[in-house]
Amino acid sequence: MPLQLHKPYLISKTIDHYFADVSKAGFFVLRFFKEAFVPKFHLREIINQCFEIGVKSLPLITLTGFIIGIVFTKQSRPSLSEFGATSWLPSLVSIAILRTLAALVTALICAGKVGSSIGAELGSMRVTEQIEAMEVSAINPFKFLVVTRVLAATFCLPILSAYCGFVGLIGSYVSVHVLESTSIVSFFTNGFSMISFLDINASVIKSMVFGFTIGMVGCYKGYNASKGTQGVGKAANQAVVLAMFLVFIEEVVIVQMANWIRYY
Amino acid sequence: MEMQLNQTEPVISIKGLYKSFGDNDILKDINLDVFNGENLVVLGRSGAGKSVLIKIIIGLLTPDKGSVFVLGKQINKLSGNDLNILRLRIGFSFQNSALYDSMNVRQNLEFPLTMNVPNLNRKTIDKTVEDVLDDVGLKDKINEMPSDLSGGQRKRIGIARTLILKPEIMLYDEPTAGLDPITSQEIITLINNVQKQYNTSSIIITHDLTCAKETGNRIAMLLDGCFVKIGTFKEVFDSNEEEIKGFYNYNFIQ
Repeated sequence: MPLQLHKPYLISKTIDHYFADVSKAGFFVLRFFKEAFVPKFHLREIINQCFEIGVKSLPLITLTGFIIGIVFTKQSRPSLSEFGATSWLPSLVSIAILRTLAALVTALICAGKVGSSIGAELGSMRVTEQIEAMEVSAINPFKFLVVTRVLAATFCLPILSAYCGFVGLIGSYVSVHVLESTSIVSFFTNGFSMISFLDINASVIKSMVFGFTIGMVGCYKGYNASKGTQGVGKAANQAVVLAMFLVFIEEVVIVQMANWIRYY
Repeated sequence: MEMQLNQTEPVISIKGLYKSFGDNDILKDINLDVFNGENLVVLGRSGAGKSVLIKIIIGLLTPDKGSVFVLGKQINKLSGNDLNILRLRIGFSFQNSALYDSMNVRQNLEFPLTMNVPNLNRKTIDKTVEDVLDDVGLKDKINEMPSDLSGGQRKRIGIARTLILKPEIMLYDEPTAGLDPITSQEIITLINNVQKQYNTSSIIITHDLTCAKETGNRIAMLLDGCFVKIGTFKEVFDSNEEEIKGFYNYNFIQ
């Protein structure tokens, strides 16, 4: 048996591939920043993508946001009423929705809807050589496909989150109003009394980070898809799973940072 | 690196080209010149490295070793911007047409034009698109989606999309693959018409002997990653080499 003169992998096949993937993803993100701020800017395509990501997600966000508002209010009410603190309900719901739920739920919906759609679309374009067709036509496919989608997702997520928060509060108000006939002015005045500028800022920044992550993961998985139709399905699936995983991690990190700023 | 270009110099010149993927050597010491106005057919079996060769010529793949000069410029030494400028002078027709399936025929043709030629007015764009569609005989399909077209129509639209930028060089990747004999003949006629009408120099990658015979001014026979014979169709297939004879006989039987 011949002697093996060198190890085929630095550590092991799995670990080597993992670090190779991380490095490839890192370069992909770096390329985005390199290309996003250099002309030519595909404004029309960014607007198209804003329509695809933003406007087409509105029905789902509306329904989900409204239901969350109702359910969260109905679940919180019994606990508060035990202490005779139902008047705190608007504040509690506002804090929960505006600080966390709106951004997180919007991000999870978009990771499922937008992330998978971007992953599948770019994956399909990769395996049918449409991306190469752009390259040979002297069109930069990264700029046209990736930069536009990531920017659109980054811009749209804060708007969708704000809208989700608003609809959620309306849902909560409807739920409260049915039982207590509270006026809308009183509900919102009470609700917003506990919301600070930092809460709004943190939510907006968080949503932008979520949008960037969802767009980037979808594009990365789709742009690097291989192995035919199976690869397209895999790209779409991985785009959703990885984006959701990263969204939760980012949520924890940003909440910690916001709390650190709030208390220190 | 730049070469002085004149009428006698080749528009594409490949010297000592090597390409491998992992342990698999695809192209080994490829040397080839394509001259102005000629149609050169690269003939070979599936997996011989034909598509890899034209993808290197257009800069989609980089060679491991050797040089590729296209229109006087060394393709693997160009910056991204210079490569894009050169690509405007080269048309590439994909094996599966690679039409943008979210766009209709008109948008497919307009896309490279509007992205590369700024400030074109609507009238000029429409006229250019209609003229090119007329050249490929599919003017009536202007508002169709790619999914509604037949294989042959998709190939012709794919060729029209490359012609819209008036290329000096055309690269065809398996233009007749998967088509019936009548549609293949239409594509062959179109390739010959493009050569005359647009005065292009072309490389046609194929394993179809009819296509090779009817479109090629010269044939380059690629076997196991090397060119075994380059010449006219007659010169190549009059050869006594077993592998070339085998390829000819197999195609003839098919």
